[in-house]
Amino acid sequence: MTQRTRNWLLLAPAGTWFLVMLIIPLTVVFIFSFGERAPSGGVVPAFTFEQYANLPARWAAFKNTMTLAPVGTLSALLIAYPLAYFLAVKADPKWKTILLVLVIVPFWTSILIRSYAWIFLLGGRGIPALLEWVGIEGIRLINTPFAVLVGIIYGYLPLMVFPIYVSLDKLDKGLLEASSDLGAKPWRTFLQITLPLSIPGIATGCMLVFILLMGEYLIPALLGGGKVFFVGNALVDLFLQSRNWAYGSAVAVTLVVVMLITVTVYMRLISRLGASREDVSIM
Amino acid sequence: MRLYAVCVYLFLYIPIGVIALFSFNAGRHASQLQGFSTKWYGKALNNPFVMDALETSLIVAFAAALFASVFGTMAAVALQGIKGPVRTAFDLLIYVAVMIPGIVIGIATLIGLVTVFDQLNPMIAAIWPNGFEPPKLRMGMGSLIAAHTMFLMALVVIIVRARLAGMDRAMTEASSDLYATPMGTFRQVTLPMIFPAILAGFLLSFTFSFDDFIIAFFVAGSETTLPIYVFSSIRRGVTPEINAIGTMVLGVSLLMLITAQVLLQRGGKKSR
Repeated sequence: MTQRTRNWLLLAPAGTWFLVMLIIPLTVVFIFSFGERAPSGGVVPAFTFEQYANLPARWAAFKNTMTLAPVGTLSALLIAYPLAYFLAVKADPKWKTILLVLVIVPFWTSILIRSYAWIFLLGGRGIPALLEWVGIEGIRLINTPFAVLVGIIYGYLPLMVFPIYVSLDKLDKGLLEASSDLGAKPWRTFLQITLPLSIPGIATGCMLVFILLMGEYLIPALLGGGKVFFVGNALVDLFLQSRNWAYGSAVAVTLVVVMLITVTVYMRLISRLGASREDVSIM
Repeated sequence: MRLYAVCVYLFLYIPIGVIALFSFNAGRHASQLQGFSTKWYGKALNNPFVMDALETSLIVAFAAALFASVFGTMAAVALQGIKGPVRTAFDLLIYVAVMIPGIVIGIATLIGLVTVFDQLNPMIAAIWPNGFEPPKLRMGMGSLIAAHTMFLMALVVIIVRARLAGMDRAMTEASSDLYATPMGTFRQVTLPMIFPAILAGFLLSFTFSFDDFIIAFFVAGSETTLPIYVFSSIRRGVTPEINAIGTMVLGVSLLMLITAQVLLQRGGKKSR
């Protein structure tokens, strides 16, 4: 058996699997998005842009997603950066690994259970009850955009910390010493050396979190109580409740296209900032 | 600075801790602590719906993780020795599988498979011998395993490839210089070195599949996985039973993750 044949045989199962479970299904979604809704709930083949013309009907979902996803990403960044800085620069090397693992581990556990925890904490008998006890009354937290934001930050913080940590950890500590030896104030060293050199990590972290947020369903479903909904919630409604596959496909295609455009524009901006993208994968 | 870090860690772990704490609550109400008890665990473990869902989740996670680790490792090994369009195509597929939101994978699998099944079912019925009930393809455990495997395969390829890239090439070259067959080199040199990565990939895949809600929500058909059960219970209201299930789910994930982490680190040190 030649090397070539062997490689082909090794690739065959994965290739077939990708073809049947990824390429064909995605193609079907794309084709259906130009179809018409059948009375029974399926799709009548057609070539019409009617579904796309109808997109404004779900404008609120797109608007919520495109507001809360960037806001959530930025909030996660603001909270994650100091922690990543602490872990990479200040933390005792003995504890570094274990502290880092402690940050990453929650990301790999059930997001469902972790969001559920916040229903518990933000619900009537959780934090609002504590606030009432100290005299602040009438605060409602669950089923608000704030609750969704807390859920987002909680869910995706680990994913933000890790890439920033990696880029800060690689940073040559000699540069920081040189800067302070030359009389620069700490904040100046930070702004002129640390921050610019950590841009690749910031870029990777923001992109990962943003991409995942665009397709989010669980957090708004559980913490937004039907009032704060994302495109993901619209998709569940269209496919599982109203069974409007043609329109749902158009919404799904639009989501992926908007995501691709945002990510491409974003990458362009980052590379113009002079940073190179690097692949940092979690774990 | 240190104080800030402590606050973030509290933010990360207090919610998990609260769930665990309240799962041992003796009281009926989910929000008032009334003494220690493990009765909610007993209740959850005696609930036939929970046990059914757990069984489904375990079967799906085991099968998907197994397929993904085997096929993913095969692909990762083959991709090492390939350049050109095939390599580019595979890189693109892996990128797409990881980038596309889970919800879109769920939707695509649902309508893609239902459409294909609608075409295939009459054909199967037509060629089936008369008098026998023809099998009917439909959404269920099979489609769920297939969908998870697709996504997890991409994950395993990424993990195993990272290990292969960090491997000392001189080892495999030495092995073939000493007239080992390619299969022998793979079995005796490559496999032992990448095995920790494969096992870690398996454990991560298992955890991911076991915890996945959104893909299963679309493709599980009439089957109920544990996350689907928990989700629909939450919709009906917060109960101490969910706290107990949640604590057990988190516990299992933590155990798997720590094992995976240890394996990856040990593997990393050995080959360095």
